[in-house]
Amino acid sequence: MSDSDKAKREGMFQKLRKTQFWRSVFRHGYPDTQRNRALAVLSNVFLHLHPVRIRKSGLALSFTWCMGGVTFFLFLVETVTGILLMFYYKPVTYEAYNNIQEMKETLPLGMMREMHRWGAHAMVLTVWLHMFRVFMTGSYKPPREFNWVVGVLLLLLTLLLSFTGYLLPWDQLAIWAVTVGSNMARAHPVIGHEGPGASLLMLDDIPLVTVGSDARFILLGGRFVGENALLRFYVLHCVFIPVVAITLMAVHFWRIRKDGGISGPL
Amino acid sequence: MNIFDDFIVPLSNFLTRPEILVPLAALSLALVLRFYRTVTKPKIAGGIGIAFVLLFVGSLSDAHFKEIILKADNLPIVLLIASLLFFLWLCLRRAAINDERLERDLPPIEAVHKRQTVLVWPDLVMSEFICLLAVSALLTVWSVGIPAPLEEPASAALTPNPSKAPWYFLGLQEMLVYYDPWLAGVVFPLTIVAGLMTIPYIDTNPRGNGYYTLKDRKFAISVFLFGFLIFWVLLIVIGTFLRGANWNFFGPFEVWDPHKAVPLMNINLSEIFWVKMMNTRLPENWLQREFLGILVVLAYFLIAPLLLAKTVLKEQFQKLDFVRFSIVIMLLLLMLALPIKMLGRWMFNLKYIVYIPEFFFNI
Ligand code: HEM
Repeated sequence: MSDSDKAKREGMFQKLRKTQFWRSVFRHGYPDTQRNRALAVLSNVFLHLHPVRIRKSGLALSFTWCMGGVTFFLFLVETVTGILLMFYYKPVTYEAYNNIQEMKETLPLGMMREMHRWGAHAMVLTVWLHMFRVFMTGSYKPPREFNWVVGVLLLLLTLLLSFTGYLLPWDQLAIWAVTVGSNMARAHPVIGHEGPGASLLMLDDIPLVTVGSDARFILLGGRFVGENALLRFYVLHCVFIPVVAITLMAVHFWRIRKDGGISGPL
Repeated sequence: MNIFDDFIVPLSNFLTRPEILVPLAALSLALVLRFYRTVTKPKIAGGIGIAFVLLFVGSLSDAHFKEIILKADNLPIVLLIASLLFFLWLCLRRAAINDERLERDLPPIEAVHKRQTVLVWPDLVMSEFICLLAVSALLTVWSVGIPAPLEEPASAALTPNPSKAPWYFLGLQEMLVYYDPWLAGVVFPLTIVAGLMTIPYIDTNPRGNGYYTLKDRKFAISVFLFGFLIFWVLLIVIGTFLRGANWNFFGPFEVWDPHKAVPLMNINLSEIFWVKMMNTRLPENWLQREFLGILVVLAYFLIAPLLLAKTVLKEQFQKLDFVRFSIVIMLLLLMLALPIKMLGRWMFNLKYIVYIPEFFFNI
């Protein structure tokens, strides 16, 4: 490329950046000065999750392992691939399995199911590693106590997201894993029909906590893992838990900033 | 004659029995925490790492081992083991360096550039972007390389054997061997979640905030690592790789034979007391029958805290106020309830300490 070409191209780029449209989107000049770099973060709602400056030690990969960031990225991957899967999947027992099988053969983006499944496994893994790191650097200590609590809730939601998704392929692995998991609810003290104290809840002689009314029944919408359970898990998996998780992530990220950025020695 | 078949296979099948593996792992962790400054030296840790990899690759020559390890859905657990070992090393290595600096009155490495800050754009955004690309690449390779499994269509009539919960809950399923579902499936998980949330409020030690260290937080880190690595991750590993048909134990080189006969000889504390020691029949009344077990449980939660406060946990007792200390001790006792029952099972075939099936109340 000759020098004049270069000048011309730069000229075009510069011209583009002077248009009303460009300036309406990016409200700062090219981020090569301190001021514009600060503005690049401040005037962008996504980048604005970050502060403008951070401690140098907090930048080091060997300190944070970027595990929280990776977890968040995997959550985004799950959202995108999950939406694509939703186009091809119907949460009814006589269709679900076939939908999944057809996906393999007919979907142009045939890898979406793999990405979604392995991404989900990976997210459970990275959220554990993230917690491990936060513990080992003592980052839950004041002033970050509350953000640790938010984190524990996020950990729980990540596991529940994964668990509810486990049922959706409606194959043997799915229903039996969920059967084993939800059998625990049967043994819940007082509100599970096989739990200690369940017989305490009586109306005259009629037990209130039975197979047809205990904690497991409410979770599954039936006495066993059937069509109501599939619908319930689908709604929880695709709508309810993600919405709660996104909300808590917003709190989590906001609090990182408000608590003074990534932790470091006092 | 073949060293692998005659020596390594039986030895590994023996060493991985839960009653050997769990104490062995706990002992190794204790040793690592005791000698962390030596063990984490790159040469030693690297040697251990290479030995692990060689053992792993060598074991892949066994057909059964290969089958369960390389099962598509088990890959995350292999990754879990590898990444935890690596990151444990990283934490302890950095802790060793920092602790040595602290002893020489130098600040931890994280504090060297204490006042120095960098701009988020471009420094942080760039490194986040690189992480993002790396993760995308890995996930793409994983997804192209390993198709997502799909088994036979769901059927309520055909129960697979073994039926396993998703891998991240297998620790709880493994606890079911020792405790009834109301404890292993409800009380323990709720305690784990609640216990994790209380950590910042019960750990009042102001040191060790924002840098890697072990010396400054020995108690907190040890409890966390035992809980996380032994009583959570190791149980998941056992549940995934070593539990086969009927949730029986199978060594890594053993085929999962659904007809494996395991003698059931577990007995309750009440039977040990009344039948074996007193040579009488079990009393009809449950309160009389189970009085010893009930006393043991009460003593565990009421008297053990007093003893611990005077001995092992003296330091904590002095530093914490009453409420915090009570919470710490209850969480600790609940956590220790698991290894205690495990030992009872392995040493005395103990089934239940308290057995009141009348109320589904078994401990
Ligand atoms: C969906 C799950 C989660 C996401 C997306 C997430 C995301 C993040 C991100 C991006 C950071 C910035 C630093 C870093 O990357 O390490 C962070 C920091 C933090 N996270 Fe999380 N996190 C999650 C779960 C958790 C969990 C399970 C815990 C603890 C139980 C936790 C506690 C914290 C704390 C205390 C910080 C501040 C760390 C510091 O200042 O050094 N988070 N999180």
